[in-house]
Amino acid sequence: MDTAVTCSVPQLYNATDGEVRAEEENKVTSHPNNIEGVNKNSTTRVITRLMFVVVGMFGFGFALVPLYDVFCDITGINGKTGDKVTLAENMQVDTSRVIEVEFIASLNGSMPWEFKPMQHSIKVHPGEPTRISYVAVNRTDKVIVGQAVPSVAPGRAAEYFQKTECFCFTEQKLEPGEEKEMPVIFVVDPQLPDDVSQLALSYTFFIKPSGASNSTASLANNSNQEI
Amino acid sequence: MSAVIEEHHDHHDHKPSGIGRWLFSTNHKDIGTMYLWFSFIMFFVGGAMALVIRAELFQPGLQLVEPEFFNQMTTLHGLIMVFGVIMPGFVGLANWMVPMMIGAPDMALPRMNNWSFWLLPGAFGMLIASLIMSLMGMGSAPNFGWTFYAPLSTTYGPASTDYFIFSVHLMGISSIMGAINIIATIMNMRAPGMTYMKMPIFVWTWFITAYLLIAVMPVLAGVVTMMLMDRNFGTSFFNAAGGGDPVMFQHVFWFFGHPEVYIMILPAFGVVSQIVPTFARKKIFGYSSMVYATASIAFLSFIVWAHHMFTTGMPVAGELFFMYATMLIAIPTGVKVFNWVSTMWRGSMTFETPMLFAIGFIFLFTIGGFTGLMMCIAPADFQYHDTYFIVAHFHYVLATGAAFSIMAAVYFWIPKWTGNMYDEKLGKLHFWLTAIGGNILFFPMHFVGLAGMPRRIPDYSLQFAEFNAMATVGAFIFGFSQLIFLYNVIKTIRGGEKATDQVWEGADGLEWTLPSPAPFHSFTTPPTVK
Repeated sequence: MDTAVTCSVPQLYNATDGEVRAEEENKVTSHPNNIEGVNKNSTTRVITRLMFVVVGMFGFGFALVPLYDVFCDITGINGKTGDKVTLAENMQVDTSRVIEVEFIASLNGSMPWEFKPMQHSIKVHPGEPTRISYVAVNRTDKVIVGQAVPSVAPGRAAEYFQKTECFCFTEQKLEPGEEKEMPVIFVVDPQLPDDVSQLALSYTFFIKPSGASNSTASLANNSNQEI
Repeated sequence: MSAVIEEHHDHHDHKPSGIGRWLFSTNHKDIGTMYLWFSFIMFFVGGAMALVIRAELFQPGLQLVEPEFFNQMTTLHGLIMVFGVIMPGFVGLANWMVPMMIGAPDMALPRMNNWSFWLLPGAFGMLIASLIMSLMGMGSAPNFGWTFYAPLSTTYGPASTDYFIFSVHLMGISSIMGAINIIATIMNMRAPGMTYMKMPIFVWTWFITAYLLIAVMPVLAGVVTMMLMDRNFGTSFFNAAGGGDPVMFQHVFWFFGHPEVYIMILPAFGVVSQIVPTFARKKIFGYSSMVYATASIAFLSFIVWAHHMFTTGMPVAGELFFMYATMLIAIPTGVKVFNWVSTMWRGSMTFETPMLFAIGFIFLFTIGGFTGLMMCIAPADFQYHDTYFIVAHFHYVLATGAAFSIMAAVYFWIPKWTGNMYDEKLGKLHFWLTAIGGNILFFPMHFVGLAGMPRRIPDYSLQFAEFNAMATVGAFIFGFSQLIFLYNVIKTIRGGEKATDQVWEGADGLEWTLPSPAPFHSFTTPPTVK
């Protein structure tokens, strides 16, 4: 901004000077308050440019939404496990390491289900596909559709935690009184940094807002089809 | 030169009469006056809310108001003081002073100027209507704090949140139009010879502030639009169930919010940079470094937003980046403070009310700046986050900072506006009561904050009782001494000792070449600046 301002000094100064002289000549006929006509062209130019900035910044506010997701995906911040699905067979099982994976279940706000993992933790070797399950019960007398959102801690390990099957890939619908066992198949990538020996996988169930688009689910569905 | 101006004004100085003069005004001075009165009225409205908050916090336990109402008070107090007092106050000063300081006859876009002002009463009418409905038992007013974090304001927001959203939209449109107007005026309407580097610092700081406004107010409009869609149209920008993320709200909000705090302080720097040289009877020390410091602060304001969210679980690299970037801001700010001090050094200083407020500003704003430096240290911030320490910090920079500078500006320029001198004794009384009351009010907040008292909670543990009682006493001194200010302003408008054209012995600049009171139309013949 600085350079732009400095560079435009002489030019603007001349413009102002010239137009002011023009105004002096017209002074007899024009009302002094009628200054809109004075610098009409340069004023219009300034306003047009500034309006582009305004519209651009309004758009930038919205552009922050996808940018934020991309940034979190790349860095694995937020424990976002993303939609990466790798074939388990491609991996060498590393029997020299044992990783403890803990399972956490939570419910958001007014979600009335009961929801818990079938086992609190499990010890696995990196590269070894493992199947565990969660269970959810709908004790209300209404049909409720839920969406689980996964998160892995520590965040920097999230990209090494790969799910090949998960109830979080689609929305889950429970009839009144229905109890459902929901499996997850995951692999811990052998590339997992050496200093990580414990992971926590957490799911939060949300009541699915009606009409909401579900990017997590749709992305995950596509990946499933590839398998 | 002033003789020439007067000659022209005898012919053209008729103004429209009645309410139409104000409703349809395209005159920068009338619009500036309306902005300043609007700001003044909102100052008392927001101040009354602050007194409700402090009265409730006088003693531990719940005495006066329900917690639900307390939350509405903190929210509306913040919103009104930020968007209804400080911002319109500075826009009012810009409207009055920028054309006069650069030798222009009026603003570049007088009709748009009228519209930017008249959006504000609508915006705040809508916001305050939500409080009136709350008082009538028709649901809560906005109660999520002025930062309106999701999901408090989306999933859990009261029905009146939609009033709040449209109110913010209107304020945003008003500010953007005001900013475009100021930039167009400064770029196109300077008098011959008034190059950029000869502009008064107040004009410079407003020039840069206007760019900040244009860059970030649309982002604020964007974030409230996303809230509106999440609340009413089934999108999930901030709703994890639909693939959104509430932490993203904080990123987008603070991308607006941090430049916003500089929008509220840069014009204050400008005001102080006009007043200190006048009463030190010296030219300002380091004019160009002042300009570059202002520009650097504006640039840095865009890359430090996440220091408001150190506790959201950022990676260490992010915390370090935002911590160091924030520390950098201390350098240009320090340049400014040292320049003001150097301007006073060996000057022939006198201490009229504007100078007292300006020196009070430098001293108290610097305290607020130092607590800001403490909070930018990421590991330490975990202790300070969301405590009264934060409240103490931003009240030092906004109340005894920005608001002090607006008061200083009013005392400084009111003789030019009205043609009358204000009552110096009352002015000094106002200053000392405000300064002392303000420190009794805000200084103890540092201690209770460091000891862990959370902000925005109507009750607290017993060990915080003494300091809170002190703060409440200070609040009432601070609040009621503003009535002296109101009385003094009205008294000055109605009469008083006639002011000379130059008003102050050390005053320098185009606005002081005009007669006092400034004629309705000024500089129809452009002055020449050498």
